[in-house]
Amino acid sequence: MTDSVAIRLRGLTRRFGDVVAVDGVDLDVMDGEFLTLLGPSGSGKTTVLRMIAGFERPDAGLIELGGADVTRVPPYGRDVNTVFQDYALFPHMTVQENVEYGLRVKKVAKAERRERAQAALESVRLDGYGDRAPSQLSGGQRQRVALARALVNRPKVLLLDEPLGALDLKLREEMQVELKEIQRGVGITFVFVTHDQDEALTMSDRIAVFNAGRIEQLGSPTEVYEHPATPFVAGFVGTSNLLEQAAAQAVLGKPGTWSVRPEKIRVIGTDEPVREGEHAVRGTVREVIYVGMSTRFVVDLEVGGSLMAVQQNAEGSTDLGHMRGQPVLLVWNTRHEYKVAD
Amino acid sequence: MTLSRTAKILLSLVALLAGAFIYVPLGVILINSFSADRSLTWPPSGFTTEWWGKAIDNEGVRSALWTSVWVGLVATAMALVLGTLLAFALGRYRFFGRETVSLLVVLPISLPGIVTGIALNNVFTSFLGGLTIWTLIIGHVTFCIVVVYNNAIARIRRMGSSLEEASADLGASSVRTFALVTFPMMRSAIIAGAILAFGLSFDEIIVTTFTAGPGITTLPIWIYQNLFRPNNAPIVNVVAAMLVIISIIPIYVAQRVSSDDERGAGVM
Repeated sequence: MTDSVAIRLRGLTRRFGDVVAVDGVDLDVMDGEFLTLLGPSGSGKTTVLRMIAGFERPDAGLIELGGADVTRVPPYGRDVNTVFQDYALFPHMTVQENVEYGLRVKKVAKAERRERAQAALESVRLDGYGDRAPSQLSGGQRQRVALARALVNRPKVLLLDEPLGALDLKLREEMQVELKEIQRGVGITFVFVTHDQDEALTMSDRIAVFNAGRIEQLGSPTEVYEHPATPFVAGFVGTSNLLEQAAAQAVLGKPGTWSVRPEKIRVIGTDEPVREGEHAVRGTVREVIYVGMSTRFVVDLEVGGSLMAVQQNAEGSTDLGHMRGQPVLLVWNTRHEYKVAD
Repeated sequence: MTLSRTAKILLSLVALLAGAFIYVPLGVILINSFSADRSLTWPPSGFTTEWWGKAIDNEGVRSALWTSVWVGLVATAMALVLGTLLAFALGRYRFFGRETVSLLVVLPISLPGIVTGIALNNVFTSFLGGLTIWTLIIGHVTFCIVVVYNNAIARIRRMGSSLEEASADLGASSVRTFALVTFPMMRSAIIAGAILAFGLSFDEIIVTTFTAGPGITTLPIWIYQNLFRPNNAPIVNVVAAMLVIISIIPIYVAQRVSSDDERGAGVM
């Protein structure tokens, strides 16, 4: 990653009828960066991606690619390529012809484009599949053809619109690792759209969390997860675990809305000691949920509201169902509490 | 779904009966065209190819066939251009009155031919200075457009716009995208629409009666005019048999084209 800006968005706005889909977005994407646009459906993340690609015209604002204003440039004049959610492979062409398409319309000589397409197919582990029709491939293979078709053009920026959405969980996790490796290998700027917070946390250098057409927070996965800037981010990335107003005042002695991540909270007996630098709150276990690697406790607080705590199922007995209805103490180090609103 | 034995037998019988009603009369025509008798008698008393020879030599048949082919080709060509453009306009763009236009386009196929015929006849004779071969062609275009449009719009809707976006994204201009992606994806639908349009035009008789200029005789009109002339009855049989054989070819091609396409375009 260098310090130069690959994509610069300023005041980007797009309306569909009365709905403001994208509402004055400012964003700088650095060269070679893996940036994820994360948000629920309808938050404007896909519209931003489509405006960078050139499929949608912004109603207001500026789009720069590598320092040049491309706001009014059609898609075929922009040095970006897109991997579509439905892959959009040309069904009347073979895999090889699909991958060669971008080079063909740019009039690259036949021998060279053959060679480059084959290299691209190799890089996504699909060598030997060139003569097949897209309809003869599995979902994961089509996904990789779409990736090869985009990468073969060596664009400055690759845009990915929920490319793993149609794959099953196992394949999706494999592809996450693979995509990240490919991105590191080719050094191209990736802008990745997803609604899946795990995917965003796993792959990104930085995450832009979208809500209602605006960026709520922009930061590294650690920053976004550990220091959510707003209650929306705290809720959308990870479990929202909020101490609100009166409860915060009672437990922390401070006003505002505060967040503590579930895995930072220990569940102990009411007579156990609280350590130096920890906050503690009394409550009653409402629910115990066993999820394999860990157990989740939902605890109703005496001061009002509830918190979730997660404990690793390390060794010994992990059947903690008997704790339902028991009074407990929730404790956490004060450095894990974050103010998310006044 | 599994069917009981009785249901299977019953269904087969019904299907057989329905098929027989359609194809036995056509078979009779074919056999009669080789019959040695002058009138339609059953069973035929002998075999002859005399009528086929006479039909092929008949000046009236030849010129009617040529007129039908010419009218069908020109009407199909015009319907192809107009129907495809309409399908793109209505399938890709939203504008005021879109639904109404879409209804108006499809309506002519369900209007009784005699109404269309009289209406066109009135307009042509009172405002456009009478009937010619071009008024006949325009009459045919009114219903040929519909089948072209229907085939094209179904394909456009199924195709979506993401393939064209992908093409633009990969650097292709609008013209190249149309040539390399849109048209190849549309081709089979356009061919199927064209064949159906030609088929409709080729055997049309009602609109033709009202819109053809004086002395212009298409093949169906020729059959109709000669059906009750005892001398020409055997030749009419031959012409009818020819029409059956000629009709099979385009329908077969249309089916092959669209089934090829099902396989190719099933997955985007």
